Amino acid sequence: MSESKDTQGELWEVFLQTKKGLPFKHAGSVHAYDKEMAIQNARDLYTRRGEGRGMWVVPANAIVAVDPSDDSSFFDPADDKVYRHPTFYELPEGIKNM
Amino acid sequence: MVVEELEVLFQERIDANEKIEPRDYMPDAYREHLIRQMSQHAHSEVIGMQPEGNWITRAPSLRAKKILLAKVQDEAGHGLYIYSATETLGITRDELIEKLHQGKAKYASIFNYPALTWADMGAIGWLVDGAAITNQVSLQKTSYGPYSRSMVKICKEESFHQRQGYEVIAAMAKGTPEQKEMAQDALNRFWWPSLMMFGPHDSASPRTGNAMKWKIKRESNDVLRQRFIDKTVSQAALIGLTIPDSDLKWNEERGSYDFGEIDWDEFWSVVKGGGPCNLKRLNHHKKAHKDGAWVRKAAVAYAKKYSNK
Amino acid sequence: MELLDLSRFCMRLGDSCLIMAHRQSEMCSKGPFLEEDIAQTNLGLDLLGQAEALLIYAAELEGKGRTADDLVYKRPERGFYNFMLAEQPNTDFAFAVVRQYIMTLYLSRVYETLAKVDDETLSGIAAKAVKEIAYHQRHLGMWIKRLGEGTEESHERIQTAINELWMFVGELYEEDELDLKMQEAGYAISGEAMKAYLMANISSHLTEVTLSVPKSVYMTTGSKKGIHTEYLGYILAEMQYLQRAYPDAKW
Repeated sequence: MSESKDTQGELWEVFLQTKKGLPFKHAGSVHAYDKEMAIQNARDLYTRRGEGRGMWVVPANAIVAVDPSDDSSFFDPADDKVYRHPTFYELPEGIKNM
Repeated sequence: MVVEELEVLFQERIDANEKIEPRDYMPDAYREHLIRQMSQHAHSEVIGMQPEGNWITRAPSLRAKKILLAKVQDEAGHGLYIYSATETLGITRDELIEKLHQGKAKYASIFNYPALTWADMGAIGWLVDGAAITNQVSLQKTSYGPYSRSMVKICKEESFHQRQGYEVIAAMAKGTPEQKEMAQDALNRFWWPSLMMFGPHDSASPRTGNAMKWKIKRESNDVLRQRFIDKTVSQAALIGLTIPDSDLKWNEERGSYDFGEIDWDEFWSVVKGGGPCNLKRLNHHKKAHKDGAWVRKAAVAYAKKYSNK
Repeated sequence: MELLDLSRFCMRLGDSCLIMAHRQSEMCSKGPFLEEDIAQTNLGLDLLGQAEALLIYAAELEGKGRTADDLVYKRPERGFYNFMLAEQPNTDFAFAVVRQYIMTLYLSRVYETLAKVDDETLSGIAAKAVKEIAYHQRHLGMWIKRLGEGTEESHERIQTAINELWMFVGELYEEDELDLKMQEAGYAISGEAMKAYLMANISSHLTEVTLSVPKSVYMTTGSKKGIHTEYLGYILAEMQYLQRAYPDAKW
């Protein structure tokens, strides 16, 4: 048992699933000192109105993000691949079930 | 890219109504303005727990007690949403709290007025939350993404706050003569401070220029104040209460109410620490923080001990 | 079973929930950090909801035309039957955690039993409360561990809270005539079973985190007859102030 520093805890990112089967979406952040506390703090803050059916909590510093200055090289090249979208294709009139 | 070019691009994005995200380029002054405004907003939510918190244990029915406890808790939650959004600008919550305690960061002056009677729970919900919501609805369109998202969430959750306040004061306005007197007295005391919540006149608000240019603020103090007055006047009349302003008059031409001059001396005096509760509010926060230090340290120590298990 | 007995039984339980909710609500805006402030309020809101449901039912069973609010706001000190443990103050965070932790262990057994009785109202209240209390156990257990094994100061503070609150634990497994009737009807477990459950759990939780269970302390008694510590009077003075000052008013 050693003396420790007084802090407000680490930052965690909270992801909520509002209904079973739906994807988890970022809900916000929360402070906590460890995993067990993080999931409880997230529950107490982000599901007060029954918003949650499933929940993930992730240490904020574990998230890897695309640097905004790399946006164009990361994402723009996908802009012209129109053939990946179903509307690109011409089909005969009256075709069904496709 | 040199700073000048980045700033031009930044302003172009703002003008195109794009949201700015935490890792995007932003001018230092934009970042500083946001930190100041958002931390003040977050502190206001947290300090704002006190006047109402002071009545939870005295709420006059189980229903009222439940609602008030949930409402004050929501304010803690809203403070937390905005603290988190502020942290994305590169400042920690520890630093934000320290600035509050040092008096370097402000919170809304309205909370430096005392909540004296149960009718004040009505007036605070109806007027203070009403004014805050008017402001927050406008801030949903603010240019900084995390701030904007926190406002959307808060506006959604706060929709019940103003209703509960109005319900409390309406019940008292049609109650016993003593209750009605308390209701009117609460309106008298909270009306003008609520109008002051929107801040000084646009002409006397030095930072508004940049805030509007950067679309941090989307509407001016005077516009928001007028909107609040216009929607509140009839709500008072409906429950037989009188707004304490003899100059209040419908202006057909403007399609708005004219109203009397706000006592700006009082406003500045309370902002600068001269309100009846400035010291009490800050000391309450400092004490809770100090009393909690050993708990936080225990949590840090425990986390350290088990971090590898 | 006599309706009046059941009413009194619900009133006792409801009173404990109500008074704990009062203590929890006192902590609002005073938490050690904002997240925990919110968490403690959630515990209070759950208890307030349980209190309201139980007191509504108690008032209904009593059949004297009183409402739950009448029970809360118009009874005097000697008419309240909450456990003395429930009314103990938030001396510091450790006292609040220990009070709630012990009461939560007790409530978990009470509600588990009630969730199975042949009384739709009561089993409904209990079934909902079982889930709430399970979360309280998780949250408070988390703090028992952190305060017990955190720093020397936290260890000392929580051990002090345990020692000073221990004399109020005896009431939780004490039995009077009403308890025996309720046990007979299957609405409650025996005092002996409750004692065994509490002691086994408390002892294993505490020793796991280097805390100790106080030895042979005198256990106080009286709340089932409306005897309390002096704290209750102040709680009621505050809680009932408006209703007593303006008896004709509706709020």
